[in-house]
Amino acid sequence: MRVPILKQGEYLIASIQSALTDQELSQLKDDLLDHAGRTRARGVVVDVTVLDVMDSFAARTLRSLAHMLDLLGAATVVVGIQPEVAFAMVQLGLTLEGVSTALDLEEGLAFLQAKAA
Amino acid sequence: MAPRFEARIRIRSDADIVAARRQGRALAEQMGFSSTDVTVIATAISEVARNIVQYAREGEVVVSATREDGRDGLTIVARDQGPGIADVVKAMQPGYSTANSLGLGLPGARRLMDDFEISSRVGEGTTVTMTKWQR
Repeated sequence: MRVPILKQGEYLIASIQSALTDQELSQLKDDLLDHAGRTRARGVVVDVTVLDVMDSFAARTLRSLAHMLDLLGAATVVVGIQPEVAFAMVQLGLTLEGVSTALDLEEGLAFLQAKAA
Repeated sequence: MAPRFEARIRIRSDADIVAARRQGRALAEQMGFSSTDVTVIATAISEVARNIVQYAREGEVVVSATREDGRDGLTIVARDQGPGIADVVKAMQPGYSTANSLGLGLPGARRLMDDFEISSRVGEGTTVTMTKWQR
């Protein structure tokens, strides 16, 4: 299933709706890069609230997405990491180095707005 | 020590990784693991199942409820007949990877679980057995 990408002003919002396969996650990365380039987005919010697992592949994909978007002049913020998921990520030794995070969509958008100001 | 419950998931594609962790999550919930442990178990399954897809192309993941010395545990066996790992000690070091990934898969799964065993023979395949015990 493709993750819908919404445009809100200068920002793009991708809300993940269900567990994603590696392929779907890579597709999301490609779609967001494509959209960000075409819409000249200043920031991207990736909402991972429904993800019950953030494994090494997902973390790596989000990190490279953020780095690529940064090269296009767009900031990335990952929102909605669940407490259990955060616990498992730390145990696993995963970091989201270079990726901004926020509690939820609202906080994420506020973060991007503050950054643009 | 006979398993009281067992689910076997064939692993052939990345969609099967999602199916395997869903099965593991369902069993862990049913056994009454805490929500943190349920997530930890599902994450460990994800890593070992991806290892199968990445290195062996296909294999299986078996999740089962076990009991030992009066303790309940959830055991995950990830088995493949892939190329095997030449240097298991090296493969268990964080950061070691031959597939341009983070190299966190196996060492990461070991950190997530309580018990972890790996046996591998070059040309014959790899079996990872790991258990999370109920607290």
